[in-house]
Amino acid sequence: MTETQAGTGADVAAAPTSQTVPAIELDNVVKEYTSHGEVVRAVKGVSLTITEGEFFSLLGPSGCGKTTSMRMIAGFEDPTGGVVRLHGEDVTGVPPNRRDVNMVFQSYALFPHMNVWDNIAFGLKRKKVADAEIRRRVGETLEVVDLLGREKRRPKEMSGGQQQRVALARALVNRPRALLLDEPLGALDLKLRQHMQIELKRIQREVGITFVYVTHDQGEALTMSDRIAVMNDGLVEQLADPREIYERPATKFVAGFIGTSNLLGGTVQEVAGDTAVLALGAGDRVVIPRGGTVAAGDAVDLTVRPEKITISREQPAGDVSVVRGTVSEVVYLGTYNSYMVVLADGAEITVFEQNAHDSSTTAERGDTVWLSWQPRHSFVLR
Amino acid sequence: MSSRLRAALTPYALIFPGGLWLAIFFVVPTVVMLSLSLQSGDVVSGYAFTFNWHSYVDGITTYHDQIVRSVIYGLAATLIQIVVGFPVAYWIAFRGGRRKSVYLFLLLLPFLVSFVLRTISWQFFLSDNGLLLGPLKSLGLLPQDFHILATSVAVVCGLAYNYLPFMVLPMYVALERIDPRLLEAAQDLYAGRTQTFLRVVLPLSLPGVFAGVLMTFVPATSDYVNASVLGGTSNTMIGNVIQNQFLVNQDYPVASALSFTLMALLLAGIYAYARVLGTEDVLEVAAR
Repeated sequence: MTETQAGTGADVAAAPTSQTVPAIELDNVVKEYTSHGEVVRAVKGVSLTITEGEFFSLLGPSGCGKTTSMRMIAGFEDPTGGVVRLHGEDVTGVPPNRRDVNMVFQSYALFPHMNVWDNIAFGLKRKKVADAEIRRRVGETLEVVDLLGREKRRPKEMSGGQQQRVALARALVNRPRALLLDEPLGALDLKLRQHMQIELKRIQREVGITFVYVTHDQGEALTMSDRIAVMNDGLVEQLADPREIYERPATKFVAGFIGTSNLLGGTVQEVAGDTAVLALGAGDRVVIPRGGTVAAGDAVDLTVRPEKITISREQPAGDVSVVRGTVSEVVYLGTYNSYMVVLADGAEITVFEQNAHDSSTTAERGDTVWLSWQPRHSFVLR
Repeated sequence: MSSRLRAALTPYALIFPGGLWLAIFFVVPTVVMLSLSLQSGDVVSGYAFTFNWHSYVDGITTYHDQIVRSVIYGLAATLIQIVVGFPVAYWIAFRGGRRKSVYLFLLLLPFLVSFVLRTISWQFFLSDNGLLLGPLKSLGLLPQDFHILATSVAVVCGLAYNYLPFMVLPMYVALERIDPRLLEAAQDLYAGRTQTFLRVVLPLSLPGVFAGVLMTFVPATSDYVNASVLGGTSNTMIGNVIQNQFLVNQDYPVASALSFTLMALLLAGIYAYARVLGTEDVLEVAAR
């Protein structure tokens, strides 16, 4: 990171401000379209602050507004309301060619009539960078993306993974102040995708540029990001680091979208000090952490990750949350077993059991089992 | 018949009707014409095959001017079509929206009328006191003796108009196929409107322009209707000469020789053109 900054004198001079001014800010941004005479609100008021040098992901299902948000940062769309700031500067109405950010397109959008070299040099030529400098920087970038020796190829003569690298190089070579990636790995097969995830992360560390990454793949977002904004229906549901998003999903949507999670609904029975107890079936005892936020009689949704739950045939002891149910499904998955347990109220709970010692299963279909977990591993959902 | 034999024969069976059609109506007349061009004699006493090249020599020396004029008119008409047609194709491809097919239909609508009738309507339009010149003359904007009809301008305009769809359609197809994300990518990489057009849209549309040029230059150069309806005696093209030699003078050898001369000229032109412009390297150079 220090190496690249030393290369550009102007950046070094601007460093003190760029440390404090966020790379990208969306301030209550709204985007509306008119489609067939109907107003569609793609983005309904999103506020985000993306820090310099951060790997930031916009994660959500298709139609959640993540791509529209990114296109507003790139300048392909203008917000209907709100402000987009790049390094503190309001860029609303500034066309994409005047914005110091570059985009890696979903299907790469490589220029088919140009070879790899000309594709990568395109931006520098438009910026009228000197020829010697273009040669040096294109060469450098080809090395970063591991494509040296392929510069005379046409995009259509290359594999998907190679095209992906060209697209990345074409954006990176301009040393943008932020790189926008729109589902860049979506077209690759699983193996290559996993390899490129690591590559992307390495490149991001090497060049030290802010990455904004749009994806619907939660695994991808969790693996690579410093922070994730989970979006749904034009709004940000939760903005946090991957661990927080996974371990402490803030909303029902996030809990359901990220990983497998179990939902337990019940009424608060009693509140004692810092904990509250949820009424479920007979013999069940579900403790809610930080119970101060709920009152007796409240209807509450609680979530627990499947790998946090212990399955046993005897009633567990200790200060844990306990529920009882019947096993309806047992699936052997190699590294772990997956159980589906049906509770008295009909709720289905998934439990993962690591095959750490031997691969025998604790319970079989039809068995009555006890499920228990540490109260701190469960969360009340908004 | 064994199924393997049947499978082997199927492609030939499928090509047979079309092949027969071409053999009867293209290959046979071509061979007959080639033979005619090498015969000597006259209408009254008949022609005999003498393997004599004199019809070629006579034809080319006598009608040298018409040959050159045809090529120049064909080139001029093609150039006008590119200049006029490209914006039309561009507009329909990028701005046509959901009504693209309506605009394409409107473009083709005049061509539901016979070629000759269209050309005759241009004769009315361009006539000395017609729709175009009449009002301009009565307003005093043009001198009374000004005329367009029977000039090379009229012939070239007619040619350009009559073959325009064959230029616009291939250009439209090439432009329509350009992924709009490429334009966004260019913009994202600091290209303004002009640079985006010059570096991305134009090079990617060139295959369509190439195809359009081939589809219009060839028929425009060998056309005779426009020159006979819109041109005067000093604007005759080689097509008029050929028609005249065949149908009026009945000098079949010279008419055939001129036809083959024209054909050879066009083939040589197309070959050179394809060699120079038809390769992908051109697109790459154009994009630099």
